[in-house]
Amino acid sequence: MIDLRKIVKYYGAGEARTEVLKGIDLKVEKGEFLAIMGPSGSGKSTLMHIIGCLDRPSSGAYLYRGRRLDLLDNDQRAYFRRYKIGFVFQGYNLLKKTTALENVEMPLVYQGKRMKERRALAKKALESVGLGNRLYYEPNELSGGQQQRVAIARAIVTAPALLIADEPTGNLDTATSHEIMKLLTRLHQEGNTIIIVTHENDIAAYAGRVIHLRDGMIVREQNHVH
Amino acid sequence: MFINAFLLALREIRRNLMRSLLTMIGIVIGIASVIAMVNIAKGASLSVTESVSKLGSRILYIVPGQARGMGGQSTTARPFEPQETEVLKKSVYAIEAVSGVENTTLTAMYRDRNYHTGIRGVEGDFLTIQEWKIASGRAFEKSELRSGQSVCIIGQTVLKKLFGSDIDPIGKRIRLEHFSCTIIGTLAKKGANTFGMDQDDVILVPLKMFQRRIGGTNKIRLIMASVKKGIPLDEATLQIRRILREQRHLPKDAEDDFSIFTMQALLSTISDITTILTVMLGFVAAISLVVGGIGIMNIMLVSVTERTREIGIRLAVGATSDDILTQFLIEAIVLSALGGMIGILLGLFISWIVSKTLQIALVVDPMTITVALVVSMGIGILFGFIPARKAARKNPIEALRYE
Repeated sequence: MIDLRKIVKYYGAGEARTEVLKGIDLKVEKGEFLAIMGPSGSGKSTLMHIIGCLDRPSSGAYLYRGRRLDLLDNDQRAYFRRYKIGFVFQGYNLLKKTTALENVEMPLVYQGKRMKERRALAKKALESVGLGNRLYYEPNELSGGQQQRVAIARAIVTAPALLIADEPTGNLDTATSHEIMKLLTRLHQEGNTIIIVTHENDIAAYAGRVIHLRDGMIVREQNHVH
Repeated sequence: MFINAFLLALREIRRNLMRSLLTMIGIVIGIASVIAMVNIAKGASLSVTESVSKLGSRILYIVPGQARGMGGQSTTARPFEPQETEVLKKSVYAIEAVSGVENTTLTAMYRDRNYHTGIRGVEGDFLTIQEWKIASGRAFEKSELRSGQSVCIIGQTVLKKLFGSDIDPIGKRIRLEHFSCTIIGTLAKKGANTFGMDQDDVILVPLKMFQRRIGGTNKIRLIMASVKKGIPLDEATLQIRRILREQRHLPKDAEDDFSIFTMQALLSTISDITTILTVMLGFVAAISLVVGGIGIMNIMLVSVTERTREIGIRLAVGATSDDILTQFLIEAIVLSALGGMIGILLGLFISWIVSKTLQIALVVDPMTITVALVVSMGIGILFGFIPARKAARKNPIEALRYE
């Protein structure tokens, strides 16, 4: 489904030029559960931004079902994110003073869905992450784990082709982290393609495949059998 | 999308209610002053027009000398001779009625009461010119006017002050300082004129008697004339000028040594002044609107920075930069339009209060209200654009990292 070919990303020019990604080749198939690992500064966040179409590579080709995503302009990438990608962030990134239901509805607003349909889909997504009884809670009334569940509901409400989670357990304690990972595992089993970025081994262990990044290059790849 | 952006804007304004209200104040004041000013100016000119037509829009005032600006007269002004009014009456077709008029103020006394009032020496046509009715008694008779007998007609205010309501004044004698006269009639109530002067505060006496007892001369310093219906005032003025120049033996190249005024001319002067004032005040209001707009821009810029993270989230879930632009622009427009609406209500309230206090007509001009609303929304677009563009240009990755 996803095919990255010789992806290079650098910032600056001339002497000041720093290469963050130095030629990444990576294929992700539909239905896969992939973890990207690596120490900070290894380029894993940049790689995730490129896969999530938040950023574009300096060179190399990014193909999605044979389509060149690296050639898209800003608006086209926004449309791709709108319909194909769901993001989960380390800091939850929910809108303040906005109910869980409205937070989850937000991506559907940009899809132009009608109020009634949005309500129904958002409610369903929240129920599927176990928050059917917290629809009208605002983020500050929810625990960290619950907030991350709302964020996951927001990511899956559009039924995206790809779910990208950037350090989804980074702000959570161990028990809650494993609950979130179990939720993601379930979503994977339901057919979602998931890529998570993490630096913790026991989190990466939930994934079927783990790639290790160091200094902008893939240094190791391992497959888990669950 | 627009409906959603609108609802979002309302929510955002409610969320920061205090700040939003303070931001709106500039717009509120600007719009309120425009609305109040326009309405008050229109009401005032309506009232002036009404009262001028009440005063007699077909009356000409002829005075000696050339007016130098408003009210100024040259010192060499030659007053009119008594026969000049006669000639005007006989030879000017356009004139319906004409009367020499002299004015002064004196203290009138009846028994133990005295009252300071205006004394007016008039000729027979005066009541016709003024379209003034006799309330009780009778008007002057020709013989009384010709010989200047000591008779008088009193206005309603004088009647009330000197006699109260239970004494019939007809036939009573009142003292006007060093002479006395017999009351033969009372005038119908006329009320205040354009300038707020009580027209009923007057005693009319025959012009001849006025000249003999008070003026000491038979010269006339004011001639009032009414123009026949259907004849333009300009036409009448022209005819009067020709006759008077002839009468006064003015050489061809000499200026008139008299002036003819109409209430219309006065009215246009008043409306000129009102226009100038309105324009000046409108300018002040425009400045206030610009200041209000800058206030909105300022707060929107702060808001964009504060909500950087939100912008990042929205971009991440698939908002285009146009979506973000629309959202912030609509928020600015809603903010200023709300300010505009509050301003309109406030402006109407102020107009109402002013119209009550100054007793002028309350005019509500729907056109002005529409324009005010459009202008306030325009300000939202104008001053909301820069902050909205700043929001739309944010890089999603940096916006998401913003703390």
